[in-house]
Amino acid sequence: MNLTAPVRRTLHTPPVAASPSPYHPGSLLSVEDLTIEGISHILRRATALENEDPLTRTRILAKRRIALLFYESSTRTRTSFELAAKSLGADTTLVSSLSSSIEKGESLKDTGLTLRALGAEAIILRHANSGAPWLLEAETRLPVLNGGDGMHQHPTQALLDLRAMLAHLRPGVETVTAETLAGVTVSITGDILHSRVARSNMLLLPKLGARVLLCGPTQLLPELAAQAGPGIEIERDFEAALRQSQIVMMLRIQAERLAGLQLDLEEYKAAYQLNGERLKAHAPEAIVLHPGPIIRGLELTSEVADGPQSVILEQVRHGVAIRMAVVERAMMAAQGGRA
Amino acid sequence: MTAILIRGGQFIDPAAGVDALKDVLLKDGRVAEIAAPGKIKQGEGAEVLDATGLVIAPGLIDMHVHLREPGQAHKETIATGTAAAAAGGFTAVAAMPNTTPVNDSQETTRFMLAPERGAVVRVYPIAAATRGMKGEAINDYAALKSAGAVAISDDGLPILKDNVMREALAAAARVGLTVIQHAEDTRMTQGASMNAGVTAFKLGLRGMRNEAESSIVERDIRLVSELRDARAHLHVAHISTAAAMAAVRQARRNGLRVTCEVAPHHFLLTDEHVGDYNTHAKMCPPLRSAADRDAMIEAILDGVVDAIATDHAPHAAHEKEVEFERAPNGIIGLETALGLSLSWLHKEWKMPLGRVLSLLSAQPAALLNLKGRGTLTVGSIADVVVFDPKAEWTYKASEGKSKSKNTPFDGWTMQGKVRWTISEGRIAYGA
Repeated sequence: MNLTAPVRRTLHTPPVAASPSPYHPGSLLSVEDLTIEGISHILRRATALENEDPLTRTRILAKRRIALLFYESSTRTRTSFELAAKSLGADTTLVSSLSSSIEKGESLKDTGLTLRALGAEAIILRHANSGAPWLLEAETRLPVLNGGDGMHQHPTQALLDLRAMLAHLRPGVETVTAETLAGVTVSITGDILHSRVARSNMLLLPKLGARVLLCGPTQLLPELAAQAGPGIEIERDFEAALRQSQIVMMLRIQAERLAGLQLDLEEYKAAYQLNGERLKAHAPEAIVLHPGPIIRGLELTSEVADGPQSVILEQVRHGVAIRMAVVERAMMAAQGGRA
Repeated sequence: MTAILIRGGQFIDPAAGVDALKDVLLKDGRVAEIAAPGKIKQGEGAEVLDATGLVIAPGLIDMHVHLREPGQAHKETIATGTAAAAAGGFTAVAAMPNTTPVNDSQETTRFMLAPERGAVVRVYPIAAATRGMKGEAINDYAALKSAGAVAISDDGLPILKDNVMREALAAAARVGLTVIQHAEDTRMTQGASMNAGVTAFKLGLRGMRNEAESSIVERDIRLVSELRDARAHLHVAHISTAAAMAAVRQARRNGLRVTCEVAPHHFLLTDEHVGDYNTHAKMCPPLRSAADRDAMIEAILDGVVDAIATDHAPHAAHEKEVEFERAPNGIIGLETALGLSLSWLHKEWKMPLGRVLSLLSAQPAALLNLKGRGTLTVGSIADVVVFDPKAEWTYKASEGKSKSKNTPFDGWTMQGKVRWTISEGRIAYGA
């Protein structure tokens, strides 16, 4: 037996197999699945559908069936997906965990198969467990739109954030390239660890050339977050992050996902709260985004939320347009054609 | 009892240091004669197995399996689990006590050993270290040993309390048993479902840090060191991190009775194999980083690792077809261990065949003190595996003997195919 320090050998080891998902071309599970051309398509369709005559628009998916399956509470995502689907003429049905057989212990697989049997052609899923949309898609083989899964992804949020950023920085641009956001720094500050919005944005925006600056205390922002993809950096000093940012994105502390983590909120506010004074001193030209729900007085003050640099409500409006585009994309693919 | 004559194979008995062409005669459940090809005279009437081009070796021994009986027969039974073992070339398996009820009594140990269970290879129960595996009160090891237990473990759960672990090590040493520890500080792994690292961060899953394993291994080694005079023996189950392996390496250098096993998935796969939330890549300890996986390979090649054990952990399909975080831990492994070990340790990483087989037979037999097993000399128990070391085959979980199909190795092509498994002189599996 050799008890001295091990000799490093270079060994061939089993490769990681390519992912079989998404199984359906209409699915939107992760921003990582989107090509730049795919992003451009969604942005172009969002604008076209937004500008379409409402009556003409309702013929696009007239009487087609879409299920919204919500295992977690939601205001913006659920309502805007529903409005988007209805704007295109689709019939929607909402199944939420508190008023369905999910309460009786029905599995996600069985719930999905039931919705499919009821005629659903696509499912929009929000779920507390990361990865749940992959399971639902694999079991139903329907197009699945990820409306937020655990701490993992919320792709339509990142797309609507992108649309809100473009509206201010690159007005009129819909066809994006790997350079569209070159020179733009987007800071994301707060509870990165538990945020699916942060993960989606940090993986989407660098595809278009943006530099993403993550900011927060180590308990909420582990050092390894910078290795999640290209174009991601960490800046622990909030004011330094603000000074570099054209886009300031603030996140909520996710009390429901802290899992025993102790956090001194007063200390947190002292270091990371976006208040009017900080914004004016360090990022007077930047726009402020927040995916909502906002907790006024914690991660940002009312003065900022309601102030002239805030685009929080614009984001919500972009959400309907983006979701019309991804719902159309899902349903066109469901019909056989790749939208 | 009928006799079996195995003719003309490459006979490898690592414990005896033999690797030569031989005929082997098995009679009355024992090895009756081993001789140069064509030299065995008393073979009349024996069933003849032609082993030309095949390897004849001691039956494999898996010191870490979950047979799920009593109480979880929808996942596996002793009959189906041992059938899977036989198909994988194993002639003896040591069954962990996390059944329902927990095997912490003579009754349960005897139940598992009863002929009605339908075992086709030898089952060795491992008894729970503490009452109900609650980590509080240690069991009566002498009584459990007399009922048939070959080791002590609360596998699936760690023994966290220092004083309980110290007492377990000392009490087990008094009756000549090993304590097998599932090294996981569960206070550090609450809500975690895979290895901590970039992959877990990207997947939005809470991670288990390496320290959750290594800190328990280091604590246990300290206890063994304190109990050095009592000859306490610690065996670390399914070790998975470089840090824990380094601790075992150091303990061995210090002359302590500390041994360890590695599972095939931990020397082959990394946390990236979780892919898109594949629940068949979820187990505990989890698949680790490439650096940890490489450290497992190094330690096996260096001889620090004492056994390859599968941690065969069957779960029904519906239990794994759920959200990743809600899926139970564990994968099956009995039918793939030999093929994976031969394909990678031997063929790819050039470990001599005899040493690979030793990790799968002679060494676990010695660790569990299984007399007459893990070697093939005249008079030893007729537990034999005959396999084709060159045959390539593709594993299909759906065609496996295990009741469950939860494996990340489905569809993998492997080299080394079992032809016959002979348990105590009877053919338990033939392909």
